[in-house]
Amino acid sequence: MTITTDEVSTTDEVSEVAEETAAEETAAQTATHTVAPHADHQATSTGLSHNKLLMWMFLGSECLLFGALISTYLLLRERLPEGEIGPNDVFDIPFTSASSFVLLVSSLTMVLALANMNRGDERRFRIWLLCTALLGSIFIGGQAYEFTAFYNEGLGYTTNIFSSAFFSLTGFHGAHVTIGIIMLMSLLVLNMRGRLGPERAETVEIVGLYWHFVDIVWILIFTIVYLFPQ
Amino acid sequence: MSTDIATHDPTTHETTTHEHAHPSDWQYIKIALLLAVLTALEVFTYFESVHNLSDAVLYVVLTVLMVLKFVYVVAWFMHLKFDSIIFRRVFQVGIVMALAVYLIMLTAFEIW
Repeated sequence: MTITTDEVSTTDEVSEVAEETAAEETAAQTATHTVAPHADHQATSTGLSHNKLLMWMFLGSECLLFGALISTYLLLRERLPEGEIGPNDVFDIPFTSASSFVLLVSSLTMVLALANMNRGDERRFRIWLLCTALLGSIFIGGQAYEFTAFYNEGLGYTTNIFSSAFFSLTGFHGAHVTIGIIMLMSLLVLNMRGRLGPERAETVEIVGLYWHFVDIVWILIFTIVYLFPQ
Repeated sequence: MSTDIATHDPTTHETTTHEHAHPSDWQYIKIALLLAVLTALEVFTYFESVHNLSDAVLYVVLTVLMVLKFVYVVAWFMHLKFDSIIFRRVFQVGIVMALAVYLIMLTAFEIW
């Protein structure tokens, strides 16, 4: 079989085009890897992640919810009739202080989990995330113990206006912490199944925002409900 | 038109939203230690109040400590210090609305 000069020249051109295409693909892949750690959302008209914006809007609206519960507590506590069981009779400040420290540390472990996910260190991410969920569970366990102790001292949900407001406020917060723990465990399971990697670090960041919000609400509750003079 | 394309380019987008440098692990630990100290101070005022501090002083001290802790968590742990100003404004609207509505409500019920 004889190969003509024209055929040789066409073959060279094809191989050159193939090399250029391969080089372009490599460049494209490199570019993708550069943005991959945060590229789990599409480009938007604002240039911001809509998921993250939505979480911030949700947290803004949660300020109104907890504002209502805290104000109601302050209002009803002031109107507690003389002689009825009140905050000074039941609160155990050293115990609640320990719970506050636990929740505070959980915020640190959460932010360390996110930092490790951003770095691509998934093993440490899982460890810190598990620590966060564990600390949250300890906090909830403490709250359950506190509620039981109050109940045994004669302070039920409908005992008086103070107890109704107190249990509603701290109960709502406890429910938020519980939902946060469920979200943390979901992240852990997703990561272990290989469906949550550094390319979806923003999902971790959004759950982290929720967790830190739960922490800042407790900062308010701890001071206003437990430490402000009665 | 070319500006629009640049705005919608994913690489440009990532640069605008994530160009800030995240704090190091050690910086996070330092913030957590500071928060722990502030919490310890709060608890200390509770025990100290049994002896000599007036209620007015306690209210002021506790409020300052509470606001400091709140701001540190939001700014550093929630990254609002480094993130887009739009996120900051959205959250501020919620806080300001809550403060306005409930301060008015508490005043109307003569709590002060």
